[in-house]
Amino acid sequence: MIKQLAGCVRQYKKYALLSPFFVTLEVVMEVIIPFLMATLIDKGINEGNMNAILNIGGLLVLFAVLSLTFGALAGRYAAKASAGYARNLRHDMYHNVQEFSFSNIDKFQTSSIITRLTTDVTNVQNAFQMIIRVAVRSPIMMIFSLVMAFSVNHKISLIFLASIPFIGIGLYLIIKNAHPVFERVFRTYDVLNRIVQENLRGIRVVKSYVREEYEKSKFEKVSTQIYRDFSTAERIVALSMPLMQFGSYISILFISWIGARLIVSSEMTTGQLMSIITYASQILMSLMMLSMIFVMITISRASAERISELLEEKSNLKNGENPIYEVKNGDISFKNVSFGYTSNKICLSNINIDIKSGETVGIIGGTGSSKTTLVQLIPRLYDATEGEGFVGGENVRDYDIHTLRNEVSMVLQKNVLFSGTIKENLRWGCEDASDEELVRVCKLAQAHEFIMSFPKQYDTYIEQEGTNVSGGQKQRLCIARAILKKPKILILDDSTSAVDTRTDSLIRKAFREEIPDTTKIIIAQRISSVEDADKIIIMDNGSVNDVGTHEQLLERNPIYQEIYYSQMKGGDKSAAVISK
Amino acid sequence: MPPLSVNNRDMRFKKGRGPKDAKKTIKRLMSYIGKQYKLRFALVLVCIFFSGIAGVLGSMFLKVLIDDYISPLLLQENPVFDGLLRAILIMFIVYMVGTLSTYLYNRLMVVVAQGVLKRIRDEMFAHMQTLPIKFFDTHTHGDIMSYYTNDTDTLRQVMTQSLPQMFLAVITIFTVFFVMLFTSVYLTVLVLLFIAFMLFITKKIGGMSASFFVKQQQSLGKLNGYIEEMINGQKVVKVFCHEDEAKKQFDAYNDELCENATQANVYANIFMPIMANLGNIQYVLIAIVGGALAVSGIGGLTLGAIASFLQLSKSFTMPITQISQQINSIVMALAGAERIFSLMDENPEEDDGYVTLVNAKYDGDKLIETSERTGIWAWKHPHKDGSITYTKVTGDVRFYDVDFGYDENKTVLHNITLYAKPGEKIAFVGATGAGKTTITNLINRFYDIADGKIRYDNININKIKKSDLRRSLGIVLQDTHLFTGTIKDNIRYGKLDATDEEIFKAAKLANADDFIKRLPEGYDTEITGDGGSLSQGQRQLLAIARAAIADPPVMILDEATSSIDTRTEAIVQKGMDALMKGRTVFVIAHRLSTVQNSDVIMVLDFGRIIERGNHEMLIKEKGRYYQLYMGAFELE
Repeated sequence: MIKQLAGCVRQYKKYALLSPFFVTLEVVMEVIIPFLMATLIDKGINEGNMNAILNIGGLLVLFAVLSLTFGALAGRYAAKASAGYARNLRHDMYHNVQEFSFSNIDKFQTSSIITRLTTDVTNVQNAFQMIIRVAVRSPIMMIFSLVMAFSVNHKISLIFLASIPFIGIGLYLIIKNAHPVFERVFRTYDVLNRIVQENLRGIRVVKSYVREEYEKSKFEKVSTQIYRDFSTAERIVALSMPLMQFGSYISILFISWIGARLIVSSEMTTGQLMSIITYASQILMSLMMLSMIFVMITISRASAERISELLEEKSNLKNGENPIYEVKNGDISFKNVSFGYTSNKICLSNINIDIKSGETVGIIGGTGSSKTTLVQLIPRLYDATEGEGFVGGENVRDYDIHTLRNEVSMVLQKNVLFSGTIKENLRWGCEDASDEELVRVCKLAQAHEFIMSFPKQYDTYIEQEGTNVSGGQKQRLCIARAILKKPKILILDDSTSAVDTRTDSLIRKAFREEIPDTTKIIIAQRISSVEDADKIIIMDNGSVNDVGTHEQLLERNPIYQEIYYSQMKGGDKSAAVISK
Repeated sequence: MPPLSVNNRDMRFKKGRGPKDAKKTIKRLMSYIGKQYKLRFALVLVCIFFSGIAGVLGSMFLKVLIDDYISPLLLQENPVFDGLLRAILIMFIVYMVGTLSTYLYNRLMVVVAQGVLKRIRDEMFAHMQTLPIKFFDTHTHGDIMSYYTNDTDTLRQVMTQSLPQMFLAVITIFTVFFVMLFTSVYLTVLVLLFIAFMLFITKKIGGMSASFFVKQQQSLGKLNGYIEEMINGQKVVKVFCHEDEAKKQFDAYNDELCENATQANVYANIFMPIMANLGNIQYVLIAIVGGALAVSGIGGLTLGAIASFLQLSKSFTMPITQISQQINSIVMALAGAERIFSLMDENPEEDDGYVTLVNAKYDGDKLIETSERTGIWAWKHPHKDGSITYTKVTGDVRFYDVDFGYDENKTVLHNITLYAKPGEKIAFVGATGAGKTTITNLINRFYDIADGKIRYDNININKIKKSDLRRSLGIVLQDTHLFTGTIKDNIRYGKLDATDEEIFKAAKLANADDFIKRLPEGYDTEITGDGGSLSQGQRQLLAIARAAIADPPVMILDEATSSIDTRTEAIVQKGMDALMKGRTVFVIAHRLSTVQNSDVIMVLDFGRIIERGNHEMLIKEKGRYYQLYMGAFELE
């Protein structure tokens, strides 16, 4: 995992290495500066030597400027490296997601892909910056300060050999105990967020059922849990500050006591005493920082894992060797096709169908009869588990995937418009389509009329997820977008459910007249949407129950009859009471 | 302490912004602390004070050590260390008091901060529940979510870290300042001048950092928005082979963010080295000036005094550097707090209703209130003269010339008049956007009408308490929303005290029993992610079961069966008809088969009722309904 994530640094490697390099130089300056300050006091102030003050002062200023420069450079490179690293991570993930097949997307789920691309990247970016700056700085600082302290006076510096392990062990225990609690807190956070999200989405349900109080108590239970866990975790962490203080205060007192004796016995100067005290605080501070970095890194570990998972996922749909780049015609045939989203649950079993180029085929069947699953195998959105699917006489696996999908245009059941003008949305189907072409397909999809009724017509801006057009309008725009591809096969997956029946029939009429050579597959709930098809496939529980024309099926197929009559008569209630 | 990464768990979609009225926000925030934790917080302040004083005494100890003990000892022939030992012991006590205070304020502050946060979260959620539907229409979910994630998290950080640190810094600055002043006025002036210079630099860099920070947040928002939209539509991207374009656009946003993030972080990162080294330069400056003063004898400075002043100046600049580093997060937190408060200040749904829904039973001919569940409901109507009348809930709903618009200047419903008598099934048919759903939104008062009157059992619905009004209406919405929990829990949502038997009965009635039994854990199957693993049709069946168990006098079915195949729908309808016998049902559907057997069908067009009557009448009329009907069934 680490290797893989480290691999994403790429062109920012230079900065990622320069930053710790300058951090090291900065630390060297920071360690020398207290030494100079001590000398300034000893040689300059204590002896009232103005020249020494000026000389050493000048040197100090020089080192301060150097330290500033190194520090600024380190910061600058760290910023470049971490922002660049985050950029690469996002880039790699997003580009990989673009290669995902439908089943890859199903596996990760949309919301989780989004979190990985956003929140998780930010977490890792922060941790990365911490690593190249502070994680390098603290140990170096500690070592240099120790070396300096020992070189100033090794006797007195022995104190550190006691205080560093003392504080180190203390901090370690704090982290060790706090970490699992923090992890629990984050999990509870997820629950809290989920409750809020569900309430936002289902606010009408909550209000309709007057469940505000119920939801409140649900929320309060979780927020109390967070309160408790967070308090516990932070109470443990609250020990670190006093622990640090205790350690450094005791060290200072010992240093003072021993230092005083050493000064009296002329083994040390007052300036040296002061610099030792500065080193003491530097050593202990870096210990503290180090412990915080550990907390940060362990917390971002989960994020790193999630990112790594996404990067590792490889699409399970690949072009074969020597793929075919041309689809001859709109013939479709399935030979003994079976399919399951997961290996242990078969959704389609032993499907055999033959569709000729230019035919209109209706597919009808009950909720959960796998109609959608069936048609998704045609543009190879999924691979059949068993058997083979053919388009234009060739196995779908032999095509270049893009070629196949450009020729098999599908209007998904759960369709999406993107923020942008109507024109921009339509041009998804064909990037360089002329305006006339757009009007033509919109007329075909019965969308032209309502588009023209908008003040800005084809330049009307569609909001995210198409919230500013009605469901029926959205469906018609999606159909137009799909036709613009000039596909050999057009699949409508329940794509006119929100369109009124009249418009629905106009669309079908236009299909017949305007694009007669295109194979049209229409999944629908309404008999009226499929009754004029060349053939109708009845799906039942994942297998083909019957194939035939409207008349044939009406005569012989009980399922079809039942659906037909349920729509014809609308239940069993006969005469209704006449009211106003 | 550096921030734990909680605050990064979600990102801000909003543009960067600062608090508008910081004073007011701080005051309100402090009132939360004051309300609940007055004593604790006072104690925190006392502890911080002691901790700060101990720190200052610590930094002065060096001067005492050198001037009062070490220097005299140097002059003694046989140095006696007793005095020094005593001083160190005193210092030990001071330090221990300081350490203890540090521990206490840290620990106390945890409870204060977490308690306040919990309260803010709870209040925010509770208030959100009272807000009108309009609020949710006009705010994106991501935006509201960030109140709970980002904004509360920045607050947490400020309260547990910045707030105590600020107090500590202020106390340290003040004490050190007075000690400095006492040591040398001249040098203090010098320090002050230098501090002014440092603050000036802070402002410069801070300003630059802030402007890039805003830019970073903006491009982060843009990128995240793009990611959200595209990943949500990823399957469409695949179907249209639009991957390369999606990548190109993404890369552009990503690079822009990288650019701005680099700039913002560069300024943030160089801030500390600059401040720290300015402190070092100040040190030299003081040494030179101090030395010159001492040598020339002006101001009566001793060398020891200069040495200790140097130490003091370090203690003085450090907290100032710390505060200036905190400023950024404090500003962010205040902006967050302001947003949270603005949510809490949103006007809740207006509810002047005083007519309530009660269980009732007949005492002879008279309806009387009872606490048991009798199946008979009554409106309890208190009058001005103090008398109370009870009206039986029958489900008689009437609209008189109702006009309505979601927007004040865009009316979507015109002159709607309709009578729904108890036991009738009223259907609304019409194109999308004709106003069908809007009518039902008015019955349950998700929105309030602009003009006209709606009466429910002959009571103006404005007089009925909203919660009671809604309790009397069962609604199945077009978009089914389920909650995380078992199937059982979800059905039970309609009636919290329902027994398992009642749940099974409702599920059977909705024809959901079949598929539920086939699920791996049956009724105990966990539903997650809004029921994503169920098909749209199955979710609708569950929603119907949920409404059925509530057993309300009036039912509204808004495209409740749109994703259910017509065969199943017919079965469900049969069950529903049996359940709703004698009660009023409103049905909205674009599928005519769903509404055919209704008592009255209203055909809506552009917010007006253009036809009304039962199926046979409307067919005879040969109007719009007839056209729709024929459009659906071209049998010839």
